[in-house]
Amino acid sequence: MNASTIIFYLLAATIIGGGLMAVTSRKIFRSAVYLLFSLIGIAGLYFYLDYEFIAAVQIIVYVGGIVVLIIFSIFLTHGSGEDMKRPHLGRAVFSALAAAFGCMLTMYFINQQTFIVTGTQVTEPSAANIGAQMLSTTKYGYILPFEVVSMLLLAAMIGCIVIAIKIKLPPVKVPVLLDDENVIVVHEEIVIENIETV
Amino acid sequence: MNDIGLFHFLFVSCALFFIGVYGFLTRRNLITMLMSVELILNSVNINFIAFNKFLYADKLDGLFFTIFIITIAAAEAAVAIAIIINLYRNHKTIDVEEVDAMKY
Repeated sequence: MNASTIIFYLLAATIIGGGLMAVTSRKIFRSAVYLLFSLIGIAGLYFYLDYEFIAAVQIIVYVGGIVVLIIFSIFLTHGSGEDMKRPHLGRAVFSALAAAFGCMLTMYFINQQTFIVTGTQVTEPSAANIGAQMLSTTKYGYILPFEVVSMLLLAAMIGCIVIAIKIKLPPVKVPVLLDDENVIVVHEEIVIENIETV
Repeated sequence: MNDIGLFHFLFVSCALFFIGVYGFLTRRNLITMLMSVELILNSVNINFIAFNKFLYADKLDGLFFTIFIITIAAAEAAVAIAIIINLYRNHKTIDVEEVDAMKY
């Protein structure tokens, strides 16, 4: 057992342990922090495989973006330090059984499978190679998905703003009738808060 | 890196995927369900990178799939959190069992 093996098993333990704690912890903030550890472990796995660019993207987008977003939304929607409800026992047991059997079945099939290595020479996964193929318009270029995904990001951004924005209605100016004793007569269906007397 | 092969990565990713499935089935809170979905997407990314590294080292296609999955996961998380915040504003809860206004 050399150092590389030990590093792999440490990373795997970080990923699996963080993931398990993230789905079982009853404090939601701790759950988010365990998810953070799991994602950092995955970035470490990419570094381990010498895919530095994708590891950097993983850290920037997931650790720096999505987890921070999740923590913000936890602050906006939860009181501090309350426990979440325990899942129903029957549902927890059956979900655990389903996940465990699915996991075992998949691992069994992976073990049966023989994979054939086709790549002989190695393309370096450097940022230069990635950028050249990503923006290439030739046969194996990825320029069309690149443009489509940029449109998707724009649509998602506008959609988020539209969904989450708080609309403040401007005050509606309606003519108000005054009766003999100067009491305002308002129709019942008019919303009272938005009325400004004129 | 001689004795760590493709199977090790596939086993890690398989375990992570089913941890995410377990969380998605048991959690009743929208934010924690979103976190489970992130775990599932990350396990898929590990698969793509491992296949690209060990089987198709002459190409970069698995890496591009991973980049696009990360992008779309970011968009999905942003939209989901916008929906969660809007839901909380209207219902004062994000428990999926109490938000049933469209069910009946």
